[in-house]
Amino acid sequence: MNLPGLHIILSTEEKKIWEILESVVDPEVPVLSVIDLGIIRDIIVSNGPGTGSVEVFITPTYSGCPAMDAISVDIKLRLIEKGYKNVKVISLLSPAWTTEWMTDTGKEKLKAYGIAPPHPKQIVCESNFFAESEAVQCPLCDSYHTKLISRFGSTPCKALYQCEDCKEPFDYFKCH
Amino acid sequence: MSEKEHHILSGRLINYLLQLADTNLILSQRNAEWCGHGPILEQDIAITNISLDLLGQARNFYQHAAQLINKTVKNSADDRTTEDSLAYLRTEREFKNLLITELPGTDWAHTVLRQFFISVYQLLLYEELQKNKDEQIAAIAEKSIKEVQYHVKWSGEWVMRLGDGTAESHLRMLNAMENLWPYTGEFFIPAKYEKEEIIGFDLNALKKPWLQKISTVLKDAKVWTAVFRDKTSGNVFMHSGGKTGIHTEHMGFILADLQYLQRTYPGAKW
Repeated sequence: MNLPGLHIILSTEEKKIWEILESVVDPEVPVLSVIDLGIIRDIIVSNGPGTGSVEVFITPTYSGCPAMDAISVDIKLRLIEKGYKNVKVISLLSPAWTTEWMTDTGKEKLKAYGIAPPHPKQIVCESNFFAESEAVQCPLCDSYHTKLISRFGSTPCKALYQCEDCKEPFDYFKCH
Repeated sequence: MSEKEHHILSGRLINYLLQLADTNLILSQRNAEWCGHGPILEQDIAITNISLDLLGQARNFYQHAAQLINKTVKNSADDRTTEDSLAYLRTEREFKNLLITELPGTDWAHTVLRQFFISVYQLLLYEELQKNKDEQIAAIAEKSIKEVQYHVKWSGEWVMRLGDGTAESHLRMLNAMENLWPYTGEFFIPAKYEKEEIIGFDLNALKKPWLQKISTVLKDAKVWTAVFRDKTSGNVFMHSGGKTGIHTEHMGFILADLQYLQRTYPGAKW
């Protein structure tokens, strides 16, 4: 399993929970699990199912993202369904989430879904006025001949692009 | 440190957090008024996205303030302070937002210029607050910076586009400059609760880098010197009072809109 940015040795119980969380998805981009998104920062388990408590540490993608509340409820419900009691979901702000924490599988799923994935390893966005970011590849026809329509799209994490070749407008999961 | 000194310090920290939260909340509310009214669909979406970011930042500061208040004031369980009670149930004089945020949107030029002034200020402010000894403030600042960078770029581009655009857009940007400039002095004048021991740096020191950054853009936008006529920027009258709860006549109307539901149906949820 890919645990972006984390270097921990997992217990069997913790591994089980990571696997369960694979089935919790982002309500706005339902092809991505919370693990693909890289927002699960840590899991702390004390004792086994039925008796123990679980703490799941998540980090928001954007401060105002309304999906975070839904995600945190979904995580709780899914774990309770599986017999865990005392499930706590705790939000951590630091270190701040970055698209670098998105898994490679997540990026492939995004592209297949029609959303251009964030560029790899691009941390700092082009901040000069009117400067264009690196070319974004059209998720439909793979052309790099695309243009930015708006830096803000249908959700806080996306920008709006259009392909100059196949003419399709598409969302780009912007670097952050 | 004596208990009394500790009490004063935590009171100041709470006030400071409220000021950061209120500034974000009221600007978020003003920007959200564009929802469905933006000049074109993409920009309507952009300004409401920015509004959402500001609301998220406000929530983070309110939550932290509520936690500190509950630690200091031992209220009964059903009378605890929450992010919602802070946003919906305080009165005008208790709000500490910068005055510029409560001014009416008037037109797109006012909206983007105000956003630009505030975003450049917030970028400098959060860079300092990232180093704050209060870990939660530092974390919120670190998180917010990434969002504010997008706001600076978006609003700065609009200021240039309008200022150096058509005769009409240039005139509107000039009007916005004239109206908004006198509200920027307040950014750098520390209130009692903004002393260095709380915020970790000298607030006034942000003025120089702020002026430098915005003047570059306003010169490109061809509206820099116009507002000062024969005066220097230092001689323009500057409004203040927001940080200590003395507001313009617009504030009551915003709160009436913002707080109506919770005031009329206390505790309503949906």
